[in-house]
Amino acid sequence: MSEARAEAGDRTETLDRDLPPALLEQRLAVTWGTLAGFWGWLTTVDHKLIGRRYLVTAFVFLLLGGVLAMMMRLQLARPENRLLGADFYDQVFTMHGANMMFLFAVPVMEAVGVYLVPLMIGTRNIAFPRLNAFSYWMYLVGGLMLWTAFALDMGPDIGWFAYVPLSGPQFGYGKRSDIWAQMITFTEVAALAVAVEIVVTVFKQRAPGMSLDRIPLFVWAMLVTSFLVIMAMPAIMVASTSLILDRLVGTHFFNPAEGGDVLLWQHLFWFFGHPEVYIIFLPAVGMTSTIVTTFARRAIFGYVPLVLALIATGILAFGLWVHHMFATGLPRLGESFFTASSMAIAVPSGIQIFCWIATLWLGRPVLAVPLLFILAFFATFVLGGLTGVMVASVPLDTQVHDTYFVVAHFHYVLIGGAVFPLLGAIYYWFPKITGRMMSERLGRSAVGLLFVGFNLTFFPMHLLGLAGMPRRVYTYPAEMGWGGGNLFVSASAVILAAGFLVFFIDAIRSARHGAPAGDNPWDAATLEWATPSPPPSYNFAFLPVVTCANPLWDERDALPVATGLRVERRELLVTSAAEARPEARESSPRNSIWPLLSAIATSVMLIWSIFSPWAVVWGSIPIGIALIGWFWPKGTPEDDA
Amino acid sequence: MRLRWTSAVLSPLGCAGCVGWQSAMDPQGPQAEHLHRLIWLFTGVAAVIWLLVMLSLALAIWRRRDRSDEPVVPTNAARERRSAVVVFMAVGATVGVIAGLTLASYLATRQVSEASAEPLKIRVQGYQWWWQVSYLDPAAARQITTANEIHIPVGRPVNIELAAADVIHSFWVPNLAGKMDLIPGRDNRLEFTVARPGQYRGQCAEFCGLQHAHMALLVMAESEADFETWQNAQLAPSAAPDSDERRSGRQIVTGKACGACHTVRGTEAAGTIGPDLTHVASRAYIAAGVLPTTRGSLAAWVADPQTIKPGNNMPMVPLTADELRAVSAYLSALK
Repeated sequence: MSEARAEAGDRTETLDRDLPPALLEQRLAVTWGTLAGFWGWLTTVDHKLIGRRYLVTAFVFLLLGGVLAMMMRLQLARPENRLLGADFYDQVFTMHGANMMFLFAVPVMEAVGVYLVPLMIGTRNIAFPRLNAFSYWMYLVGGLMLWTAFALDMGPDIGWFAYVPLSGPQFGYGKRSDIWAQMITFTEVAALAVAVEIVVTVFKQRAPGMSLDRIPLFVWAMLVTSFLVIMAMPAIMVASTSLILDRLVGTHFFNPAEGGDVLLWQHLFWFFGHPEVYIIFLPAVGMTSTIVTTFARRAIFGYVPLVLALIATGILAFGLWVHHMFATGLPRLGESFFTASSMAIAVPSGIQIFCWIATLWLGRPVLAVPLLFILAFFATFVLGGLTGVMVASVPLDTQVHDTYFVVAHFHYVLIGGAVFPLLGAIYYWFPKITGRMMSERLGRSAVGLLFVGFNLTFFPMHLLGLAGMPRRVYTYPAEMGWGGGNLFVSASAVILAAGFLVFFIDAIRSARHGAPAGDNPWDAATLEWATPSPPPSYNFAFLPVVTCANPLWDERDALPVATGLRVERRELLVTSAAEARPEARESSPRNSIWPLLSAIATSVMLIWSIFSPWAVVWGSIPIGIALIGWFWPKGTPEDDA
Repeated sequence: MRLRWTSAVLSPLGCAGCVGWQSAMDPQGPQAEHLHRLIWLFTGVAAVIWLLVMLSLALAIWRRRDRSDEPVVPTNAARERRSAVVVFMAVGATVGVIAGLTLASYLATRQVSEASAEPLKIRVQGYQWWWQVSYLDPAAARQITTANEIHIPVGRPVNIELAAADVIHSFWVPNLAGKMDLIPGRDNRLEFTVARPGQYRGQCAEFCGLQHAHMALLVMAESEADFETWQNAQLAPSAAPDSDERRSGRQIVTGKACGACHTVRGTEAAGTIGPDLTHVASRAYIAAGVLPTTRGSLAAWVADPQTIKPGNNMPMVPLTADELRAVSAYLSALK
C-alpha cells in the first residue's frame, strides 16, 4: 500500500530515496527535530528527549529515596534513639517506600522503555508521542507534590500500602493520606499512558520483517510489563479514589461500622501491589537477557522459553496477591491455593535463570561492567527468590511477615533483581544515549561496593527478622538485643551508599568527559546500535528491515532498509502485529505545547481536589479546554494522514 | 533459654540476645516448633539450591574454552540440544522441589491449626497502642480483664479471640506461634500451647500508627497451680489502701480524670477506654512494655505520659508533687 501511494505520489511529496544521504539527513532533522531553547524543551514529543528526562528525574528520586534510607539507618543504629522521633520517622519510611516504588522503580523502567523500545524495533518515535509528553509532566508534578508535602511536614505517614482504617477519615489526620492517594493518581496516569504507548508501538510500529519471534527480549519484557500496568493499575486507582471519597465526602467503602470492609482495601491494594513487583522486575529481566546476549557473544539460549516465561510470570503475577495477607485469617483452602500459585512463579523464574546460565556456558563471556552487574544480580536475586519461596508458605510467613526478614527479602528482589540489572543497563546503554562511554574502572568499583555493601546491609536483616524485630518500628528497646545487628546494618549501608555515589559520579563525569562511543561500542546485535550515538531526532535515516533475530550480527556488513517514506512530514511505517508486514505510511504528531497545558490543568484539578470536592467540577473546565486545544484539527501535515 | 547453634550464627553480629524471649528461632511450644522445623527445612533447601546455581554460574563463566577469533560464537545444533536437556532437567527439578515444599507447607498448616477440645479462652482486643486481655469464663463472675500481659498455664491449649478497637494490629509472640491480625469488623482466632514455663514477649506486627514500636505484650507461662493463684488474685477487687498517703491517692484517682478512662474495681473508677488498673502493679510492665512497673515509673508515667510515649491517648493530668506521690503510692500497691 505504501508502495502504491509512493508511486502515485503528488508533486509535494519528497521521498527519502530521492535525496542524497547528507541532504536526506539534513531534511529529516528539520522535520523531526526539536526547537532549540526553552520553548523547544517544553513542546518536544521526541521519545528520546522525554525518555532521557524521565530517566534523570527517576534517578534524582532514587537519590532522594536513598537519603531517606540513610536517615532511617541512622535512627535505628542504636536502641531507644530519639534522633528522628516517631512522627517524622513514620513520614520518612512512608516516603521512602512510596518514592522508591512510585517515583523511582516503575518510572525508571518505563523511562528505559520509552527511550529504547522505538530504537530497538526500528521506528522513528513512540506511538502517541504527545501522550508521552503529557505522561512525563504528570509524573513530574506528582513527584513534586509528594516531596513538597514532605518538606512542609505534610508527608504521608501511613506506609506505602496505606492500610485503612489508619489512613481513613477517623485515624489519618490532616491531609497526609490524601497527598499519598493523589500522588498515586498522578503516577498511575503517567504509567498507564506509557503502557498504552508501548503496547501500540510494539504491535504496530516494528520494523518490516520483525516478526514476533524476532522481537528483542527487552521489548518483549516491556510489552508484558505494559499489559501488567494496564491490568493492575486500575485496582489501585479504584482503591485510592475510594479512599479519597471516604475522606472527602464521607462515603463508607472501608468503614465496617457502615457496612464497608477493611480487608477490601488490602485486596485491591495487593491486586495491584503484587503485579507491581513484576512491573519492576520484568523490564530488568529484559535488560538481563540483552546484556547476557551481548557479553556472552552469542545468541540467547532458549528465546522461546524466555518469552513464554515472561508471559507466564505476567499471568501468575495476578494470582498471588493474597500472599501479602496471610496473617489476616483467611480460609485455609484459599491460603493453600495462594501458597501454590506463589511458589509456582518460581518455575518461570527458574527457566530464565537456567537459560541465562546456558547462554553464558555456551558463549564466551566478556566480563565488562554491565555483565558484572548481571553477575551481582544472579547472586542476590536467586537468594531473594528463594526467600520469596519461604514467604509464599502460609505457616512460615506467619513468623516472618511484617518483620525485617521481609524487608531483607524484598530488597534482595528489588535491588538485587531490578536495580542491579538497571545499573548494568545504564552502563550498557549510556554510550547510546550520550555518545560517551562510562568508566570501566569506576564501574568496577561501583559494582564491588554495591554488591558487598548491599549484602552486608540486607543479609543480617533476615536474622533480625527471625529474632523478632518487626518492620516499621521507629525504635526498639535495648534489652531486645537487636542493637548490634542494627548497628552493623547501618554501618554497612554506608558502603552501599558509597557504591551509589561512585555510580552517580561516573555517570555525571562520563556524560561530559567519557570516551566517544561510536555507533556500536559493544558490538551488540539489536537495532538501536544501527544508528549513531546519540541517535538523531529521526532515529534512522532509512527504516531498517529485519530478517533474523540478531540483525547486527547476522547482517553484519549491510543491514537492509526500507525506502519510500516522505521527508517533509513526520512519517513512519505501520506494520502488521504478528509478521510485521508493512501496512501503511502513518504520520507521527509534531511538537506541541498542549500536552504540557493539559498536564497543568489536570494537576490543578487533582491537587485542588485534595481540599474540596468542587475541584472536580470547576477544575474540569480548564482540562476540557486544554484537551479541545490538543485535539482540534489544525490543518498540519499530520492531520491529513 | 537453650543455647542453639543459631545463636552461634547470630552472635558474631552482636545479636546474641536474639535467640530469646521474642524469637522465632527459639520455639517454646508445639506450634512454634512446627514452624521452626519448617523454617529450617526451607532454609536448608534454599541454601543448597543457591549454592548449586552459583556453582553452575561460576563454571559457565570460568570454564576452559577454545580460543576463537570470531566476533560471535556460532551455535552448534548438537551442543544446543544437549544443553536443552540439562535445562529441561533443571526445570523439572525446580517443579519437584516446589511441589515438595508446597506439600510441607500444607502439612505444617494442618499441624499448626489443629483445634483442641477444651482450650482456655481468652479475648485480646488491640487498641492504639496497648492490648486489652479478657478471660472468657462461662461464669460471668470469673471473667478477668487485664492489659498487656497474658497468663497461661503450661501444657493447656489457649484459644485467643482477636479483635481490634480502632485500627489493624497483629498479635505476634514468635516463641509460641505465628502472627495473626486483629482487624476491625472481623474476629480472628489463634490457638497455641506453651510447653515450658517462662516469659515470652510479643509485639504488634502490623503498622498501627505513631507508637507501633511501643506496643508489646508479655505471655507468662506458669504451672497450673501458679496460674490458679494468679487467677484468684485477679478476681479479687483492688487492694484497699493501707496508709493515709494511699488513701489520698485513691481519692485522686477516683476524683480526678483518671476514672473516666480507667477501671479500678472496688472503687468508683469505671472507665473502659484505657487499661484496667485493678491489679496494675501485679503486671511486669506499664504502657505496653515501655517501662517496668515500679513506683517511680508509675509516677513518671502519670506525670508526663506524652514524653515517655508521644502520641498515646493518655493526657497529662496536672497534679501537685504531693498528689503525684500519693497516686504513685496507691497505684504501686494495686498488686
